Amino acid sequence: MRRRTRSRPPLAVAILAAVAVVFFAVPVLGLLQRAPWSELVDDLTDPVVRDALRLSLVCSFGATALAFVLGLPLAWVLARTDLPGRRFVRALVLLPMVLPPVVGGVALLLAFGRRGLVGQYLDAWFGVRLPFTTWGAILAEAFVAMPFFVIVVEAGIRSLDRRYEEAAATLGARGFTTFRRVVLPLIAPSLVAGAALTWARALGEFGATILFAGNLQGKTQTMPLAIFVELQTNLGGAIALSLVLLAVSVVVLVSLRDRLFPA
Amino acid sequence: MSLEARVGVRLGALTLDVGLAAQPGETVVLLGPNGAGKTTLLRVLAGLQPLDLGHIAVDGHVLDDPVLGAWTPADRRPIGFVFQDQALFPHLSALENVAFGLRARGVRRHDARRRARVWLERVDMAEHAAARPRALSGGQAQRVALARALVPEPRVLLLDEPLSALDASTRVDTRRELRRHLEAHQGVRLVVTHDPVDAMTLGDHVIVLEAGRVVQAGLLAELRERPRSRYVADLVGVNLYRGAADGGRIRLRDGGELVVAGHASGDVFAVVHPRAVALHRQEPEGTPRNVLPGTVEHLDVEGDRVRVIVAGAVPVTAEVTPAAVTELDLTAGTAVWASIKATEISVYPA
Repeated sequence: MRRRTRSRPPLAVAILAAVAVVFFAVPVLGLLQRAPWSELVDDLTDPVVRDALRLSLVCSFGATALAFVLGLPLAWVLARTDLPGRRFVRALVLLPMVLPPVVGGVALLLAFGRRGLVGQYLDAWFGVRLPFTTWGAILAEAFVAMPFFVIVVEAGIRSLDRRYEEAAATLGARGFTTFRRVVLPLIAPSLVAGAALTWARALGEFGATILFAGNLQGKTQTMPLAIFVELQTNLGGAIALSLVLLAVSVVVLVSLRDRLFPA
Repeated sequence: MSLEARVGVRLGALTLDVGLAAQPGETVVLLGPNGAGKTTLLRVLAGLQPLDLGHIAVDGHVLDDPVLGAWTPADRRPIGFVFQDQALFPHLSALENVAFGLRARGVRRHDARRRARVWLERVDMAEHAAARPRALSGGQAQRVALARALVPEPRVLLLDEPLSALDASTRVDTRRELRRHLEAHQGVRLVVTHDPVDAMTLGDHVIVLEAGRVVQAGLLAELRERPRSRYVADLVGVNLYRGAADGGRIRLRDGGELVVAGHASGDVFAVVHPRAVALHRQEPEGTPRNVLPGTVEHLDVEGDRVRVIVAGAVPVTAEVTPAAVTELDLTAGTAVWASIKATEISVYPA
């Protein structure tokens, strides 16, 4: 028989803990209880809802792709070099995780807006205008979500045993071959976890997106934005979209539980 | 196909400074205690870390020389490396591991696999071609790692403690096999080990490294007959003394005196095989010129022999039969006299 190593909690602690559980459970139940199950299909095929679904997929996957392209090299640099100012860079990368997304939106606007620090040149030289475009929405989501990717992948690269890379080198593999055939497969679990977290965070992004990209149906109105609007006019649509996001969250949580909460 | 190197590396408090030369078909064993700098030496040769001082040349091509500014990265050196715990790629099968070196050099997948299969057969691992490293035993992984390093046909093969990860039962077989495979390799072989048995089985030429320096180099037989350090003497299991000789007497550095046959002078080593040391419960009389009083420190049983370590003014280890131990009633703390005939002591200049 297994010995009981966990003690029974004091009553007051047990009650407060139970209240906390209820506090988390009730909103989920509320959402499920009000779900218009019979009209769900109709609600989800509403043009506004459909546009939001499509746009959310485009933007969240776009932001995740951007995280791969920019975040993987950054994670590599943070994990493997002793660049001066590396600590500062890491703090900078982590900032969007704690920064209120609305502030991120304002900052993006001031940087990449038409009169922004960089935005004015993007417009003048290349004719590129990011605010109030789908690209802007992707950028806003990437700004908020990419830190998750960088953090998880950096940890993955750090925990990679260097001898595999050394073995590859003694077998004649150049840097890129080693990266492609040894490093990437070995950090694949981190890449998947980082991408999933990034994608989930991007999917739920609201504040930075609405400030930087606006709320234009079919162009920048992603699911969270549509829920906000629909709540006032079409409750069924808002609930349907909420259910979709809830389902996605549950799937991400379940698929990553071993990585996020090792037993 | 030769290796010629002088390796100088600063390692914190330790400075590694080793000269090496090896000819193709020769197995050089680097023997030394942990922390002597053996692994660092291999890593520097392979190009996994740079030299601070000296040079490395294979077949006359300089691969690393800080003074000349020469540097060939690891992936372009004709040097194979078998890592201490193999470092097989965990996400690749045994076959893919062995094929890796060929694929990395641009050999097509089909050809690389075919040649890798030949090597797996050679190390008797063909039936495990599809297995992931996790599913292999230590001895099997060792064979795959050897095949992986040999497939690209390196001119120099480096092996870092190739047998240390194996348990005693597989070790004997693997050691013999390894020797066979090493002998089949055309290039230079350099094996690092801290195990004298491995050194004796695998190598022709032994370099003993202590604290980053070569303390002795030569054929194994020479090491056994004329050890030049406490470490080597312990490895080959003999009593080693050092002192100033004056005719037939040696005044030992650590106190005491030995009487030897013949004449010697100056700073000398004296070696006595434990078999040549006799033990007595009473002070012996007769011909032995050296009678060393002491107490038994402990007894090591080694097969059908017992090594008795005697502490005293002149410490000495004797090798006797279990019957003698019983007869003399030897246990730790027993007072004994050890006697050594002068003719059993071999003396050579330090």
